[in-house]
Amino acid sequence: MAITIQHHLKGSIIGGLIAMVLAVPFIGLYTVSTDQGLVVQTRWSWVVWSGVMVLVGSLAVALLRDVLSARRAGRPNRAAGTKPKRDDALTAKLSKGFAIGITLFAITLPFMPFSDRYIMDVGTTVLIFVLLGMGLNVTVGLAGLLDLGFVAFYAIGAYSFAILSTTLGWGFWVCLPLSGLIAALFGALLSMPILRLRGDYLAIVTLGFGEITRIIILNWQSFTGGPAGISGIPRPSLFGLSFDRRPPEGLTSFHEVTGISFATEHRLMFLYLIALSLVLAAAWVIKRLRALPIGRAWEALREDEIACRSLGINPVASKVSAYAVGGMLGGFAGCFFAARQGFVSPESFTFMESALILAIVVLGGLGSQIGVVIAALFIVLLPEVGREFADFRMIVFGIAMIAIMVWRPGGLLSQRIPTIRLSSIKGEAA
Amino acid sequence: MSLLQLTGVRTNYGPIEALRGVDIHVNQGEIVTLIGANGAGKSTLLMTICGQPKPASGTILFDGKVINDLPPHETAKLGIAQVPEGRRIFPRMTVFENLQLGATLGNPAHFDEDAAYCLDLFPILAKRRDQRAGTLSGGEQQMLAISRALMSRPRLLLLDEPSLGLAPLIIRLIFEVIADLNKTRGMTILLVEQNAYHALKLAHRAYVLAQGQVVLEGGGAELLANPEVRAAYLEGGSH
Ligand SMILES: Nc1ncnc2c1ncn2[C@@H]1O[C@H](COP(=O)(O)OP(=O)(O)OP(=O)(O)O)[C@@H](O)[C@H]1O
Ligand SMILES: [Mg+2]
Repeated sequence: MAITIQHHLKGSIIGGLIAMVLAVPFIGLYTVSTDQGLVVQTRWSWVVWSGVMVLVGSLAVALLRDVLSARRAGRPNRAAGTKPKRDDALTAKLSKGFAIGITLFAITLPFMPFSDRYIMDVGTTVLIFVLLGMGLNVTVGLAGLLDLGFVAFYAIGAYSFAILSTTLGWGFWVCLPLSGLIAALFGALLSMPILRLRGDYLAIVTLGFGEITRIIILNWQSFTGGPAGISGIPRPSLFGLSFDRRPPEGLTSFHEVTGISFATEHRLMFLYLIALSLVLAAAWVIKRLRALPIGRAWEALREDEIACRSLGINPVASKVSAYAVGGMLGGFAGCFFAARQGFVSPESFTFMESALILAIVVLGGLGSQIGVVIAALFIVLLPEVGREFADFRMIVFGIAMIAIMVWRPGGLLSQRIPTIRLSSIKGEAA
Repeated sequence: MSLLQLTGVRTNYGPIEALRGVDIHVNQGEIVTLIGANGAGKSTLLMTICGQPKPASGTILFDGKVINDLPPHETAKLGIAQVPEGRRIFPRMTVFENLQLGATLGNPAHFDEDAAYCLDLFPILAKRRDQRAGTLSGGEQQMLAISRALMSRPRLLLLDEPSLGLAPLIIRLIFEVIADLNKTRGMTILLVEQNAYHALKLAHRAYVLAQGQVVLEGGGAELLANPEVRAAYLEGGSH
């Protein structure tokens, strides 16, 4: 034991020193606004403390890992072969149960007595990220094609609706499919130059695509409004009924027609329900696609491209369609986002969004739809819950992410659920 | 006319000449075996037939049509199915899903019948139907790879070292199945093997490849009796 502590201590001391060096700019210096403007001040004791914390923390983690692996080694090995099958069946059953449960919960949530504006608002944000996660999950999770610039499709969807509605006066329901289509087109376009790329190169090019999109939006003043963005985007209507207090021309308002007294909550509920329907529709479509040749080809492509080719699967078509379908879902999410905010600007579409969406997909377990839902809940809600921690919430967030990746390196739901062949469902049930 | 005919086929990997003018043909209904040392270019030959890499010169005729420039997914559509070296099954998918992917090009109406045929050919696969293919043993994975290739009802089956790393008993089983496919289904097979004894016994005709060229050809039994072949590929070998 003494030897292992000594062994780990060296690494931990180095870690602590590195942390102290890093902490100098991040923690050691801070700005205070005084009468003379911003003044930089120092807090060296914090730097020392952060070094000590990293030292102690990493030592604790290393020792804990030793203890755990020692315990694991004592346990009998699981026999391969028989075990996975039962696990699969169990995971499939649990996932299904969870899917039904969370769907019911999501549908009834707006009608619960405790649900207020805040809950509806956060709920809608979660749903947007679920939709984005499902989109990226097609490209990254199913087809295995990395995309670090997914936010581009989100932005393209949002600006498609913003521009179409403010210049041509088209409504949300017309623009929703159009935005998806435009984003899908860009997805197909992006996939062309990267067909031959893999790994690091793919990461860099897709990252570039995300940034290029944002920078074009930022600089094309006449078309996109530049940094000022586009405002006055119309809100979605329900069969021609508006949820605004004073409906725009040509629309009657929901509260007048139904006789329910006006409340902003209704609009939030309505938005929430639209987002929920989009998510449910997307989930259903992806589930179907997975069992069709196109979806099966995506998953096979992730596993072995050479084998795919020899089975007659055209890898080009598969890759293009994976990016297009993923991009389309991103476009839907963007269109909805624009309609919800009534305002878009380039600030909403930074690399941070791409990273968050990718985190959702990876945390959820590549390819798992339920995983995406759980991870989106986690990623959106944790910072909300952590508001009391104020400045520290991002640290808590980071620690939680690391913890998950340490304990479940394959993501929360890393078990792939087999698809059922659509055309023979009847035959198999019999 | 032969189903498959290669004339003067050369394939390069950059400066490396892997095939240096290969002439072989495979007739309808034949089992043709290709043997040769490591690095002779056997896998390259099968891959060139499939379309990746493309031949630098020469012609590949399949059913009278030049297929030199077709990519693998197009040659697969013509009915050429390859069981690649190292099996290359889809490990995270179930056995059944692997078969479904094999049927990508097949007629969906035949699926149930073909799946039943394969699971009957290798009963162990039926037991493992819903198990992840990656958890199968090496022999089972090879059976799956062959089954998967059969699902599209190919006209020509290319097998790259199906006995690689398998126990003698399983090798026997695999070779029995290959012979059986040829006899009962009339399947045309081009078989690449290190296991020269079994492969030559099975073959109607055979070629010996060395350094990217055909150095010997003849009937299976004929090559089996050939002293040069015996010396190079059989003596002290495992048979
Ligand atoms: N992708 C590649 N790039 C460069 N050279 C290659 C490539 N693939 C094969 N080669 C070379 O081409 C030659 C033929 O290789 P090939 O794989 O066809 O041999 P093989 O006869 O199948 O051998 P084995 O019995 O070991 O499988 C070898 O010298 C090999 O090094
Ligand atoms: Mg080889």
